[in-house]
Amino acid sequence: MSDSKLSIDQVTMTNPGRDRTVVAVLAIAAVVLLAGLVAPQWAKFLLTIALAKGLVVLGLLPQMRTGLVSFGQALYYCLGAYAAGLAGKWAAVSDLMVMILIGGSVAGLLALLVGVLLSRYRSIFYGLLSLALSMILYGLLVKTEALGSTDGFNVAPYTLFGYRPEQDAVRYVMLSVVTIIAAISSLVVHRHLQTPLGRMTTAIRDNEIRLEYMGASARRVIYVNYVIGAVLAGFGGAIVASAVGHIDPEMAYWTMSGEFVFMAILAGTASVLAPFLGASIFSAIHSFAFDVSPNTWQMILGASLLLVIVFLPEGLWSLFRRARRA
Amino acid sequence: MDQLIAVCIDGVIYSSWLFTSAIGLTLIYGVMKILNITHGSFYALGAYMAASVTGALLARGMEPMLSYVVLLASAAAVALIVAPLLERGLLRFMYTKDEVVIMLITYACFLMLEDAIKLIWGVDPYFVAEPYGLLDSFEIGSLTYPNYNLILIGIAVASGLGLVYVLNKTRVGRLLLTVIHDPEISRAMGINVDRFYLVTFSFGAFLASMAGAFTAPTLSVVPAMGVDIIVLSFAVVVIGGLGSLQGAAVGAVIVGLVRSISIHFAPELELFVIYFVMALVLAVRPRGLFSVAEARKI
Amino acid sequence: MTLIVSAENLNKRFGAVTAAQDISVGIERDSVVGLIGTNGAGKTTFINMVTGYLKPDSGRILFDGEDITQLSPREVTRRGVSRSFQIAQLYNTLTVMENIMVALSVVLDNAGRSGFFSFADPVVPGFDQRPHDVANMLLERFQLQAYRDRPAQILPGGVRKLLDIALTLVAKPKVLFLDEPTSGVSAQEKFGMMDMVMDNIRSQGGTVLFVEHDMEVISRFSDRVLAFYDGRIIADGPPERTLNDPDVLKYVVGGQHAKG
Repeated sequence: MSDSKLSIDQVTMTNPGRDRTVVAVLAIAAVVLLAGLVAPQWAKFLLTIALAKGLVVLGLLPQMRTGLVSFGQALYYCLGAYAAGLAGKWAAVSDLMVMILIGGSVAGLLALLVGVLLSRYRSIFYGLLSLALSMILYGLLVKTEALGSTDGFNVAPYTLFGYRPEQDAVRYVMLSVVTIIAAISSLVVHRHLQTPLGRMTTAIRDNEIRLEYMGASARRVIYVNYVIGAVLAGFGGAIVASAVGHIDPEMAYWTMSGEFVFMAILAGTASVLAPFLGASIFSAIHSFAFDVSPNTWQMILGASLLLVIVFLPEGLWSLFRRARRA
Repeated sequence: MDQLIAVCIDGVIYSSWLFTSAIGLTLIYGVMKILNITHGSFYALGAYMAASVTGALLARGMEPMLSYVVLLASAAAVALIVAPLLERGLLRFMYTKDEVVIMLITYACFLMLEDAIKLIWGVDPYFVAEPYGLLDSFEIGSLTYPNYNLILIGIAVASGLGLVYVLNKTRVGRLLLTVIHDPEISRAMGINVDRFYLVTFSFGAFLASMAGAFTAPTLSVVPAMGVDIIVLSFAVVVIGGLGSLQGAAVGAVIVGLVRSISIHFAPELELFVIYFVMALVLAVRPRGLFSVAEARKI
Repeated sequence: MTLIVSAENLNKRFGAVTAAQDISVGIERDSVVGLIGTNGAGKTTFINMVTGYLKPDSGRILFDGEDITQLSPREVTRRGVSRSFQIAQLYNTLTVMENIMVALSVVLDNAGRSGFFSFADPVVPGFDQRPHDVANMLLERFQLQAYRDRPAQILPGGVRKLLDIALTLVAKPKVLFLDEPTSGVSAQEKFGMMDMVMDNIRSQGGTVLFVEHDMEVISRFSDRVLAFYDGRIIADGPPERTLNDPDVLKYVVGGQHAKG
């Protein structure tokens, strides 16, 4: 009955000479690092958040290539944030890199367990179960006094390799760290998609049974992608926790997961750069539309999502590809 | 003993409310195979329409007992105007798409309707408490409950039985069952499947808006209302089985009781248990307790 | 004369329909066996059972001495059995080249060559070349170069079947099941296609079983024919003998003499 699933563009898998992704990632990272030196503080902050959320969406990318949409990435996003925040509160950890790694690791550990179950589900059931799990965390956090319940708690300013940056440099140093993490993560995921496991990822969406008949375990591929997604979401959560300086249970609410899905669809899954494009556009719309008219930004978002789904199923990124081919 | 009775009564009241709030969702899924996120929008729209219209009319001196009729009429108005527009104007062009894609489309519509509500009614809360307190209360032991809750229970029972009757005993109902079973063959048999989809979607929206309308007098109507009801309805419907009426009833009872027990004995687990049960059911019996839909699971 | 596949007393019913009635047959290594029979006679059910897609109600299947009756398609494939499909099963939105790369990826992954850290491509077991080179070689062998970058879903029917078969050979299977390889292929192209397929298989070695409705294809390419009817094997022998067997003529071929 269905004719158009969430379609993905064809990556230049079979034409390695034309793969410019690595160069593009490094170039963009360099541009951001340079531009950050002169950008206003609010821009540095927004970009940091956009990159952090972009990381979460990057984690969604492999899953979506198999045709699976997780409505529960907020579980790991929030878990990463709380893990990082609690490391600060209970163990006096303030190093940014350590916090980020803790966020990703805790998220990854949970995913190693949960993934065993979730990798057996498909279509909306995958979405619903991931949603339920994230709401479980939400429910737990909201009622836990020790963690501040609905108020959450604050996160102390970060240090990096032992020293605390000056007031003026705080945002820039964080932006730099996040940019480097985002660049490395993109390259890792990009490489992953070129490995046998990565190629099987795209095959699952088209014909999972054929893949099984070739002797592969689709479930294993999905499991690996799920864990990758969780670790990246954990990184993102930890970063936001530190950048914003505050954590609360809303980070696990289903609307947060919805935002990530939104960003993923907005830009598409054709390239590891697309998630960051999606996150940036989303953040831009959110900030500027919200300032202009707080009661219409969701409408604008909803309309954009609709337009993209209907007219550009491969996301905005496909506009780049069309321009290149022309 | 009092506590046990309280748990039961609270459970029944909450379950009734859950049931009414969720059947629209399961009906639409059962017939159209759409996981409709605008379900939350209709709930909120029903609440806002009911609260604003009823409040305005009461302020102009309407006979208070009529407010119940107004509540119902407001819900109907919302469903009969917005739902057909949405279905005919947008959704029906999307039926060939993947079910996850359709769900995302309804999510996009939900986002738009959220703001539409804010634009029309503003962001301040609405109160229309009169219908709630109008009917006095009943007592059981040392516990007092407003009689309004009986209306909630009544609506749940009436909706449930009504739907069961229509589906099983009327010609229209039997045709609908055919459409559910196989839309293609139904079309080939000459059944106007498109009209059934329109009617089903509108009626499902009405059920949601009615739930919202009758909930309005019990709390303050705020923009975030729709957001919470979506996940709660998902939980109920998933536990019972997507597309199943009896499932929605059983799911509502389970969630209602579990929540009630938790509120009285372990309040810190209140939210957690609902989604825990949902996850548990998905893990153990993904099709739900009364399965109609085939769970996509390998 | 060693048996690579041995089916023993296979039974399978779907409700009132008996798809397999006490089927017992042994397949010799490196033989080419044709399976004939009208639709519903039990050929595809037989293939489905041997490849793990269906479990027989009773009986067992041995592959190279091992009992594979309860194994999943994935596990059966890993032991060296591959199959192609009546309706070509491809990765429709991927190009022909990408389809082959997926098949190669599975082989690499099963051999534990993840390729993440190697900056040159890992070497494909069985071919001892890099994946792109193997893929190009296959494209050439099956004359698919013209379709290299076209998505599978827009390919003509015969080409789809060819690709489907090419994919099965990537794993260098010991036993290959071809389910109606020439169905949907025009009469002029059938022989050419089967020639190409059989050449490729012969150069790799392996046992082949193929389902066919075209008796000329059967008699030309198989050295043994199994005739199915009503869930049973009603004839078993070399093509000249089997295709002229009175029962086969009655229940399968329909009274026509096949060229032997």
